[in-house]
Amino acid sequence: MVVGAGQAGGRAVEAMRAAGFNGRVALIGEEAYPPYERPPLSKKLLTGEVEVETTYLNPVEFYADGDIEFMAGVRAESLDVEARRLGLSSGAEVVFDKLLLATGGRVRRLAVPGAALAGVFYVHTIDDSLALRAALAGARSVVAVGGGYLGLEAAAAARVMGLEVTVVEREANLLDRVAAPEIGRVVGDLHARHGTRVMTGADVAAIEGEGRVSGVRLADGTVLAADAVVVSIGIIPNTELAEAAGCEVGDGIVVDEFGETTVPGIYAAGDVANHPNGFLGRTLRLESWQNAQNQAIAAARAMCGAPVPYNEVPWFWSDQYGVNIQLAGVPERWDDIVFRGDPGTGAFSAFYLLEGRVVGVTGFNAAPDVRFGRKLIEARAAVDAETLKNPDVKLKDLVRQTVSTAAAAG
Amino acid sequence: MAWHSVAKSADLDDDEVIGVEVDGKEIAVYKLGGVYYATHNICTHEYACLSDGYIEGDRIECPLHQGYFHIPTGKAQGAPVTEDIPTYPVKEEDGEILVDVPDK
Repeated sequence: MVVGAGQAGGRAVEAMRAAGFNGRVALIGEEAYPPYERPPLSKKLLTGEVEVETTYLNPVEFYADGDIEFMAGVRAESLDVEARRLGLSSGAEVVFDKLLLATGGRVRRLAVPGAALAGVFYVHTIDDSLALRAALAGARSVVAVGGGYLGLEAAAAARVMGLEVTVVEREANLLDRVAAPEIGRVVGDLHARHGTRVMTGADVAAIEGEGRVSGVRLADGTVLAADAVVVSIGIIPNTELAEAAGCEVGDGIVVDEFGETTVPGIYAAGDVANHPNGFLGRTLRLESWQNAQNQAIAAARAMCGAPVPYNEVPWFWSDQYGVNIQLAGVPERWDDIVFRGDPGTGAFSAFYLLEGRVVGVTGFNAAPDVRFGRKLIEARAAVDAETLKNPDVKLKDLVRQTVSTAAAAG
Repeated sequence: MAWHSVAKSADLDDDEVIGVEVDGKEIAVYKLGGVYYATHNICTHEYACLSDGYIEGDRIECPLHQGYFHIPTGKAQGAPVTEDIPTYPVKEEDGEILVDVPDK
């Protein structure tokens, strides 16, 4: 039984069948759609370059064809661990042997006066994206609240659609939660070059308007006119079912490397799961495409008796104004940032070093650099900053040399 | 069927991949352990050039979503890629790499 038909839930049921499990597989999803990928929601689905069906993991008939019971538009409301029973919003009850909670998160809502006005949007579901797309088509100006990747992608999409766009970020730097200030500035420059106004260190005091949005008032009294406001200030993990079941919860549902919670037979995966990462040496919760897919596959395998521990260097990407930004690692601390290539040229990478070892990498139109960077993070090997930034040294060779040296050193 | 010269042997080191174009078709040419291979260059999942990807053993990893293809056979190996990628005959002659690409 899988609760949550997002990317994690969808990949999990697929993996259960792929692992040869022949028993009953059911997938319960609150939304009307089959499992889909969220990345296009703030990119090409928003701009209208692609349509809804292209986001689906599999065609609708895949589930029936694979003998997977897919229940759309149904919410799991209660969980009785002793009886191994779920209560559904439809009034029905279903029993299970093993349960995967892939419940994801819900958007964190802006808590200021006027936040409930018409014209305030979030981007988390297909319906959110379609509603915002329709609003942007008839709007002239939009304010994006939150300068993380999601908010910046929505801002870029709106700008590409020809709107006047202002990004408002509370912290001093864009991408404050996920990147070094240097990287935040490069992204800010990218947006400014495309005509977007970027305001950092700016707190939203209220959304203004009579019945619907007319502007955003900042803490310093500045009022930004807006026909629409897009809020992207994070998600809150949906842990309620797990809590009710007695699972340990702490920034998400606590799971081991096989996705199992502290209650045997109950698993969790995707955005909601707080899991150990051997390369990072800590536990963490990730809101990412890679984690939703691969951690869910690992949990599904474990549930079917074919366990393979999940351990990957976290990896993310974003697309803004035709620039593909990729990141590997989740560095919390670093003592040096080494640039390879020139940020001014549009294609470069930046390596985060801590005590001479690569702990993270960000690439702008530099996917291969990020891939090699991931290898360096995995190897936890010492690298020379001068060699790393030397354009005449192929990263392929540096990785080969570094990884073999690290292996030899044991 | 026709052999097309796509690159000089010197353009490609071992464990490397380059992207080339033949009659408007995008082709990735690989050298693994001294042996050349060729596949279509565009991932079957979303538009991305495999020649920007990462070679691990005898597999190529797509730069966009880390789907894998087996280079000698073009077989898709795991989520998110499900569809195999076409492969093409390739040979080396007089310092040139030649790929056999079917006409239309």
